[in-house]
Amino acid sequence: MEINKVPCKGLTNDEFDQALKVSWQPELKYAWDNGIGIGKYLEALKEGKLLAAKCNCCGRLMLPARAFCELCWKPTDGYEPVKDTGVVNTFAICHVNFDASRLKDNEPRHLPAVIEIDGASKGQGIMHMLGNVKPEHVKIGMKVRAVWKPAIERTGSITDILYFEPVK
Amino acid sequence: MNERVAIIGIGTEGFSPVTPHLSFKELTYCAAVKAYAEAGLHPKEIDSFITASEDFMEGYSIFDEYVPDQMGAVMRPVHTVTADFIQALGVGAMMINTGRFRTIAVEAHSKASNVRTLNEVRSFALDPIYIRPLKETAEFIAGLEMQRFLADSGNTVEQCARVVVKNKGNALLNPIAAHAAQLSIDDVLRSEPVSSPLKHLDAAPTSDGAIMVVLAAEEEARALCKNPVWVKSCSWFSAEGNPWSRNLGVAKYAKLAAEKAFKMAGITLNNIDFAEVCDEYSYKELQHLESLGFARKGEAGFLTENGFTSLGGKLPVNTSGGSLGVGHTFEASGGMKVIEAVLQLRNQAGMRQVKNARNGLVQSWRGVPTATGAVAILSNE
Amino acid sequence: MGYRKVAIVGAGITKFVRRAQETGPELSWQASKMALDSSGLKLKDVEMITLGTAPDAFDGVHMKGEYLLSGAGGNNKQYIRNFVGGGTGVFAPIHGWMHVASGACDVCMVICEEKMSSCHPAPQGAFLTIFDHTTEQPLKPTLIWIFALEMRRYMERYGLSSADIARVAVKNKKNAMGHPSAQVAGEYTVDDILNSEMLADPVHRLDISPAGDGAAAVILASEDVAKRLTDRPVWIDGVGWNLDTSYWATKDLYYPRYVEKAARMAYEMAGIKEPDKEIHIAEPYDPFDYKELHHMEGLMLCQRGEAARLTAEGYTARTGNLPVCPSGGALGVGNPIAATGLMKVIELFLQLRGEAGERQVPGKPRCGVAQAWGDLMQVGTVIVCRS
Repeated sequence: MEINKVPCKGLTNDEFDQALKVSWQPELKYAWDNGIGIGKYLEALKEGKLLAAKCNCCGRLMLPARAFCELCWKPTDGYEPVKDTGVVNTFAICHVNFDASRLKDNEPRHLPAVIEIDGASKGQGIMHMLGNVKPEHVKIGMKVRAVWKPAIERTGSITDILYFEPVK
Repeated sequence: MNERVAIIGIGTEGFSPVTPHLSFKELTYCAAVKAYAEAGLHPKEIDSFITASEDFMEGYSIFDEYVPDQMGAVMRPVHTVTADFIQALGVGAMMINTGRFRTIAVEAHSKASNVRTLNEVRSFALDPIYIRPLKETAEFIAGLEMQRFLADSGNTVEQCARVVVKNKGNALLNPIAAHAAQLSIDDVLRSEPVSSPLKHLDAAPTSDGAIMVVLAAEEEARALCKNPVWVKSCSWFSAEGNPWSRNLGVAKYAKLAAEKAFKMAGITLNNIDFAEVCDEYSYKELQHLESLGFARKGEAGFLTENGFTSLGGKLPVNTSGGSLGVGHTFEASGGMKVIEAVLQLRNQAGMRQVKNARNGLVQSWRGVPTATGAVAILSNE
Repeated sequence: MGYRKVAIVGAGITKFVRRAQETGPELSWQASKMALDSSGLKLKDVEMITLGTAPDAFDGVHMKGEYLLSGAGGNNKQYIRNFVGGGTGVFAPIHGWMHVASGACDVCMVICEEKMSSCHPAPQGAFLTIFDHTTEQPLKPTLIWIFALEMRRYMERYGLSSADIARVAVKNKKNAMGHPSAQVAGEYTVDDILNSEMLADPVHRLDISPAGDGAAAVILASEDVAKRLTDRPVWIDGVGWNLDTSYWATKDLYYPRYVEKAARMAYEMAGIKEPDKEIHIAEPYDPFDYKELHHMEGLMLCQRGEAARLTAEGYTARTGNLPVCPSGGALGVGNPIAATGLMKVIELFLQLRGEAGERQVPGKPRCGVAQAWGDLMQVGTVIVCRS
């Protein structure tokens, strides 16, 4: 049975514009309970700190903070702040927004990165943005430091860190 | 290929209207710890994991990304079904019957309290071209169905109200029940109309909670567990996918699933000592009893009035308190029924204990606008 | 290995297009009808159905599985939807395998559908909601970030250039010229790929497979039924799947360890000890061109870091030693997520029966592997088929 003819009609932009359509904009709102681990993590961010959780069984110091170690299958053994400096594990230079629209020419490029945080166990990275750096200067292995919002503006959110910038 | 499958461990956490102190991950972790402890297994020893969940109830797309950690299932075979817990249980039993897996963990949870626009989410399940533009909340379909069911069968709104009274009353004896109450029939009939004849108290309020169940093949079950509860059969059906194509008076999915489940289990209705059936809306319990075959057409309300389905009656239905008393937990609803059945069959149901319980039937429905539901027969023999 | 044997006996697929006129249920119907007709069975012969489709957010319907069921033949049947993100397309037939191998039924229909075009202004926007709502969404990530981050890590680790990677897109888009469902087939050069719009360095527009609408279906049958229906059943000899931690930023992204674990699970069941020798044809998931290389290594079809060199040498061409994505892959045929994975399984089905027309790989391949990937660099789903 060779497959030669296949069904389905693709629409061109014009055909789509002229077609009968139904549209719907749902209002989908959620308020997620943070719970113990993330609750503490966010509280610490408000205080200008990155909080990790410790597991004495595997010895990991993990980010973000969590109430149980998913590998050892035990509650974690406590929380410790770690440094707010780290090393760039990987990065991207992004020219589009989350909805696929292009950044304007005069807008700075988005620089998402995975940053391995100093003091946490090897490989414990978080995703955040790089800032105050030219895209062409960013390298894997680059040392960076968090730039925080002033204490009065912090709300207990990952955005209390504005971005990570290179350590001079 | 004809492996007997048993439940060897259960765990629940929560079942209250809100659970602000725990994230969904932590809620599930607690239930999992209890279930694995009962089963005597470390998650590394469990062969595979199944989650029953729907993205829009979680507020996440691709929700299965967020499940492995709290089940101890990092880098293990884990999958999700967008289905009721009882369907997930059935898939777990299937997996054991392939011969490739000996133990399976099945999980579901509800964080309904985190869904701020729950009516919108429920309405988002309506057909986008034919029904949603009517701009009704999804519950209008329940109202239509209730109207049709009562007209067809001759059951009455008072009899539906009696289901609410019975189940919320049973729930007073259930430590995990979130919405137990001592109500009268008048209380129910006086409550606000939602979608006539459906009234506010006819609909199960929502609850947060997590459920974990561990399944094992016979050999492992006997080695690990003193009182395994056998999953004699599990089946599920969808009637017509489009609500306008259905006979709304009848729960065909329940009828088809029950027929198959009884056949697979090799027993009949007469062997069933108690049943946990879906009562997300009061009339559903009556409709399901008739469609499952426990009552003839038009009889379910009469049986309820006469105590046939009460605690201590000939066929106790929803000793747990049902969704009306425990709280509706969406994909986890069937799980709550499985938990109750397991406790009954282990003789651990305390003040709710059905004497000499040997076989129990659990049944679920996926809610409006679906006509999908599952039936499982559990036994301690 | 003592398991009940399960075979693929029929297949159907729609065109993959950016925007289809058909609704989701209609696409499901088109693919499933074609699959039934090709197997000689009627809907009444199908006892159970499992459907795979990726996030509900694309089609814009909650409980999407229930919405699709009337088009998927699910009325009055035992029907269920399985969902493992992008891995669904290859997981759905694994789910179907469970139905038949367990003895629950003799005939199971597997359907995969996607209608991403429903999501406006662009389906990519829906991917915002796959990131952690508390620790990541406030940064407004796009899906492209995560691929760009992984691609850069992979290139850095092995010293690969963009051209090394772009060769995969060129190969697959050309392979797809023989596929009736293809959305973006064509003769491209490496320069064409590298000159296309840079979206998130190092990812160019043509490094990415297009989102779209489409559906595919296969019919699975037990041994007795399969042998009655066809003299060339294609056996599902190995299934495997694996889900990694949600803390994706704590792994080294250059290697998909979860794909390796899924592959080991499938190979063990299939009795494969040397995948690089025993597998004749591979369909790894290629939503981005570097992913084909990433997954070839995870599937242990070559040494780590070697996949790019083998591609450059023509090893993975249709006429090479190990044809990879002879279908044209997602890069050439299109990527309506779940349907793409099943398209790859269908490719194995056709190739192992010698029915792949102008895409046919020479040498009578007898053993193939298909793989899909999904989530936040987390899911590997693998299936091994033999004729």
